[in-house]
Amino acid sequence: MTALLETPLHDRHVLVGAKMVPFAGWDMPVQYPTGVMAEHKHTREQASWFDVSHMGQVIVRGASHEAAALALESVTPASVAGLAPWRQRYGLFTDDGGGVLDDFMFANHERHWFLVVNAARADHDLGLLRAVEGLDVEQVTDRALIAVQGPLAEQELTRLIPAAAEMVFMDSRVLDWHGVEVWVSRSGYTGEDGFEVSVPNDEAVRFVEELESGGVVLPAGLGARDSLRLEAGMPLYGHDLSPDITPAQAALGWSIPKVRRPGGSRAGGYPGADVIGAELVDGAPRTRVGLRPEGRAPIREGVELFADDTSDEILAVVTSGGFGPTVGGPIAMAMLPSSAEPGHTVYADLRGKRVPVTVTELPFVTLNYKR
Amino acid sequence: MIKYTEDHEWLDIADGIATVGITPHAAEQLGDIIFIELPEVGRQVSEGEEVVVIESVKAASDITAPLDGEILEINESIVDDPAAVNADADAAWFFKMRLADETATDGLLDADAYEAMIN
Repeated sequence: MTALLETPLHDRHVLVGAKMVPFAGWDMPVQYPTGVMAEHKHTREQASWFDVSHMGQVIVRGASHEAAALALESVTPASVAGLAPWRQRYGLFTDDGGGVLDDFMFANHERHWFLVVNAARADHDLGLLRAVEGLDVEQVTDRALIAVQGPLAEQELTRLIPAAAEMVFMDSRVLDWHGVEVWVSRSGYTGEDGFEVSVPNDEAVRFVEELESGGVVLPAGLGARDSLRLEAGMPLYGHDLSPDITPAQAALGWSIPKVRRPGGSRAGGYPGADVIGAELVDGAPRTRVGLRPEGRAPIREGVELFADDTSDEILAVVTSGGFGPTVGGPIAMAMLPSSAEPGHTVYADLRGKRVPVTVTELPFVTLNYKR
Repeated sequence: MIKYTEDHEWLDIADGIATVGITPHAAEQLGDIIFIELPEVGRQVSEGEEVVVIESVKAASDITAPLDGEILEINESIVDDPAAVNADADAAWFFKMRLADETATDGLLDADAYEAMIN
């Protein structure tokens, strides 16, 4: 086994007592001494910072900025060419069968495209991008990535970077922090207002210490990151997204705008366009929805769902599930057929007992973005 | 008399009845506890049998019967407030059981042996 990778904040996590776990080849903090529940609530009520330096930061260029956009559109059904400068969008890489290879963020930085991809898929995605003719792909390894999330994120980040106050949700800018160039996007993975800030590796510790110096922002680990994104109804690659799941099935059709759909001016031209386009028009056989189990017992990934309390026919399998600290109860997600749309009751097999589960819309909490 | 198991349970034993909980070390390892399912009162249990389901924010785990016996009483208050176990694991008992064989407690760990095991 190869040694785990460490982010520039690794030693500081250990110093403050984080519980470290292997994640996608990295040694990462799953929680700090306060625990997942407290970190989750602090993020929803005030603000937390998360070390997300394990994620892949990638710069993509082409013969021209426009040419790079069109080349990117050969591997994603997102509209890259239609994205205004200094704005960011959510995209998917797809395969020939219409399945999802990864999800990512991309931003128009005027002279190049800036992508952030999942840690576990970074090598895969770099290979995929490098195979696209006409793309020049550069992995950014000299920068840490720090997410600052929560209703007080703006108040606290603007102490360091005043210009961040001018940004709205999904803006992406290159800004100045005491003479240090930082790449800031107003986005995140918690459902709260917040920012993701790319800072040079050797400035990362100083950055989080300055964030914490206001007495508001505290560190939060991967555990809280997972419960926050689950409440926010956001899919996680390898769980709610995979090559066996299409964009429409994952309820991510919104990331494919009209211009890339059948009949659009840049329709198709990406892997799996036939399958994906047809599902967007005709509907998918199953769609990702929310689940609220009765009682307090969580239903976790892998739990089987049934139409009633006796049937042997598996309707779906839970793709993500756990406890929602803000919801105050168990929550989960699965892809269910349209016969089990929101409002219906399905049954989870939990340790041999059938537990009633209400199908709900996503997200489980109100999203709190600055638009 | 307080005894411990290798599965991180504590037993407060008096008059052939053991009050059973989990150790602060176990509670810390589990993380925030969000769900507890306790056994039925009157159930006859054997050592090693799963009697409690405990779910934390991280994962599900089981608590097994530390010895043979009969469940006499359960602590419903921790079902309503599972976080009480994280707050004070030494006080938040799970169930009381009448031991089938009082001498069986000789095989359990004392406080020093348990401390040595977890350190």
